[in-house]
Amino acid sequence: MATDAVDAAAPISRLDRLDTRSRLVVAVALVLTLASLRSWPLLGAGIGLGLLLTVLAGVPARQTLRRLLHVEGFLLILFVALPLTTRLPPFVAVGPLVLSVPGIERAVTLVLRITAAALVVLPLVSGLTPIRLGHALGRLGLPPRLVQVFLFAVRYVELLRAEARRLNDAMRLRGFVARTDLHTLRSYGHFIGQLLVRAVERAERIDEAMRCRGFAGRFPLITLERFGAVDIGAAGLTVLLIAIALVLDRL
Amino acid sequence: MAHIPDGVLSLPILAAGTLAGAGGLALGIRGLADRDIPRTALLAAVFFIASSLAFPLGPTSVHLLLGGLVGLMLGWKAFPAIFVGLLLQALLFGFGGLTTLGVDLVNMALPGVALAALARRFIDAGNPLRSAVLAGATAALAVIVTAALVGGEIALSEPAFTPALGIMAAAYLPLAVIEAAVTAFVTLYLLKVKPEMIVAPASLGTVA
Repeated sequence: MATDAVDAAAPISRLDRLDTRSRLVVAVALVLTLASLRSWPLLGAGIGLGLLLTVLAGVPARQTLRRLLHVEGFLLILFVALPLTTRLPPFVAVGPLVLSVPGIERAVTLVLRITAAALVVLPLVSGLTPIRLGHALGRLGLPPRLVQVFLFAVRYVELLRAEARRLNDAMRLRGFVARTDLHTLRSYGHFIGQLLVRAVERAERIDEAMRCRGFAGRFPLITLERFGAVDIGAAGLTVLLIAIALVLDRL
Repeated sequence: MAHIPDGVLSLPILAAGTLAGAGGLALGIRGLADRDIPRTALLAAVFFIASSLAFPLGPTSVHLLLGGLVGLMLGWKAFPAIFVGLLLQALLFGFGGLTTLGVDLVNMALPGVALAALARRFIDAGNPLRSAVLAGATAALAVIVTAALVGGEIALSEPAFTPALGIMAAAYLPLAVIEAAVTAFVTLYLLKVKPEMIVAPASLGTVA
């Protein structure tokens, strides 16, 4: 379930020994480094690191594949045009199609870079439960109100999904099938409108309940996580890896 | 297509997008009273759910962005709401990047917030037809500006992509039409059922 309130219910991997805050910071540092690398072997090493983290985090292979497909899909249109359109010396010419060497090289660099970034982010961040991420963001210094909106939304997505499912069942019982026509557009409009109305009415009830209990703008963020020796080790290793990668890339 | 993966954009673009996104968030949070927290969260949850609705389009389907509608209903609070939506999409579906969160936030939130600020004063329950048409136009323009922002950022990061962006932009046009129609119908519905949600100055529609 997306909103498992109890962290203990989630499967525990070796990466979970790290403080969630260090996981986030390490992920951002690694991805920013990857964004500035140009050398193919180093980007390949980044992919290797991503795979290692994936194994450590115990992310299922299927989830990794789906994520990669989604990310590469973004570039599909761009890639088809890229080698064809770079106005640089041609590599091979088949009729009107001209493939250029620099165009292909850039395309390969991007595929490697994006794959490596996705493989690093997925195990470090996407495996977190929303509650855990919310608490870590709060402890990293994000504004408390923003963290509260996030934690509330995590809770209410499930409830509103149930509302949406009921509305959807009601529409299907009356023979609704989504088509490319005005009726579908109007039905979606009313569907979203009704969902919004119910959400706002629910928000009014929640607000009243919270004020009855003396809500004063903050909730405690409770966690057992401590920034410990494992985190210092991980941070040191990350800095070392990034330094080596940047130096080798410039040589 | 509004989620840019990690590794595509150059560092200066990422930095600029992150700064702009943080600025929008700060403005949104400044106007967020204690009472607005559950409302903003619930509306963020609705938009998160609604953006996973697929509208069939010939052999494929498109997903709604709803930037215009969020802007109309939330004003600057659209920034925190969309930020929350992006975090949830990243966690639950694995969409979008980590370092591109700020850029994605600006792309999705800014067009809707800015256009809605212009259109809002002309939306009232007394004239539902005009209001619906205006809301629809806001939604369509918001999609087009979002597409232009995404395209511009990619072109600035990797100039070699520029010629391919025309193809990508064309993919956004049907989405703009669909968003316009859905947003217009949502507006008509809300004006009939609960007009204070989209018009009253005391509602969430106020600009921070």
